[in-house]
Amino acid sequence: MILNLDFAFLTPEVVSGYVVKGLIFSVQLTLVAMIGGIILGTVLALMRLSSRPWLVMPAAAYVNAMRSIPLVMVILWFFLLIPLLSGKPLGAEMSAMITFTLFEAAYYSEIMRAGIQSIPKGQVGAGYALGMTYGQTMREIVLPQAFRNMLPVLLTQTIILFQDTSLVYAIGAYDLLKGFEIAGKNFNRPVETYLVAAAIYFIICFSLSMLVKKLQQRIAIIR
Amino acid sequence: MPMIEIKNVGKWYGDFNVLADCTTQVEKGEVIVVCGPSGSGKSTLIKCVNGLEPFQKGEILVNGTSVGAAGTNLSKLRAHVGMVFQHFELFPHMSITENLTIGQIKVLGRSKDEAIDKGMKLLDRVGIKAHANKFPGQLSGGQQQRVAIARALAMDPICMLFDEPTSALDPEMINEVLDVMVQLAKEGMTMMCVTHEMGFARKVANRVIFMDQGRIVEDANKEEFFGTPRSERAQQFLAKILNH
Repeated sequence: MILNLDFAFLTPEVVSGYVVKGLIFSVQLTLVAMIGGIILGTVLALMRLSSRPWLVMPAAAYVNAMRSIPLVMVILWFFLLIPLLSGKPLGAEMSAMITFTLFEAAYYSEIMRAGIQSIPKGQVGAGYALGMTYGQTMREIVLPQAFRNMLPVLLTQTIILFQDTSLVYAIGAYDLLKGFEIAGKNFNRPVETYLVAAAIYFIICFSLSMLVKKLQQRIAIIR
Repeated sequence: MPMIEIKNVGKWYGDFNVLADCTTQVEKGEVIVVCGPSGSGKSTLIKCVNGLEPFQKGEILVNGTSVGAAGTNLSKLRAHVGMVFQHFELFPHMSITENLTIGQIKVLGRSKDEAIDKGMKLLDRVGIKAHANKFPGQLSGGQQQRVAIARALAMDPICMLFDEPTSALDPEMINEVLDVMVQLAKEGMTMMCVTHEMGFARKVANRVIFMDQGRIVEDANKEEFFGTPRSERAQQFLAKILNH
């Protein structure tokens, strides 16, 4: 065999020593960026759909800017700029969490915007007609329906987000990929470790995709 | 003081004059039917009454409160003006019970038990009690519209606005909705109804308003309107819809 692969060194001790810590951070980063991104994204979406230009313009500018810059550059810039501005470094892990939240918010906001626009105008009218305020109508009527309609797309975006977390290699944060990389270096088996890393990313993402598909059939609102 | 007073109301979409100098009023306990060809502005007019549509000229008073005035708390006003829509607009993600209680709880501040109690009584009244735990999508159009009426009534409205409540219904379901409306009218509810159901108008309306091209062309007692409408346009309209 030309490649001469040997996975024997990947004992449970090695995996728990190098990989688990990274996996935990990758999952943590994904969850933080997902929750923060959806919340911030929903606010941005509501701003963009407002009738007031002073709310629309900054939100539109933010979303367009974020979507036009490569993620790895945003990660790097934020990591390098914050110490310059505040005088003290933030740490790669914290920096990554903030950056991913800010970046993903732009994508989640486009999904939420489409979701909100998919709700018939009459639903808003019905909420208002009952005496609800704008906030109540959004919270009780529009956003729950928009969120439900868009759940599959939001989760698909989250799967992409999970893959993108590997880009924190640029600032040296210890994630799933980094764990495998270090193990590969220490045991001088980089090909094997990267192969296993790819397999693990594949298994996680593919099973999540399957789950989304299942969910999609279950949550459809009866109309 | 009239329940609804509409004074010289004008509304434009750009250059297009949707409502022109509309003036009328609805006394307490009166039932008014608004009819007219499509695009005549009747739906727009009724939506102006609870401020769902803004207007540029004139004034609308509901129970003495000016709808268009800057200082008016529209949410507070709408809480007591019931509205029924052409497409029902029940909340599809909530059960029938939740549809009936959400306004009572979130807007009127009633307790959950009180709201459910009230909602159930109204559901019973419109004949949907058996479906309380279902979702709107599981009901027929006529049933959904009756739930929508119950939802509006749950707020203890001082008057009710109906925006073509039977236009989206299959013919065999129209009567079950009209029956509820007739009953409501007989109980003395103040009602402003945009509808083409002339049978309903004959049965319970006090006055009929006929609109064309954004104007109130005719505003007459029921007997006068169905006897000899003064305007030619209204005569043509009636001839068209009554001959079938």
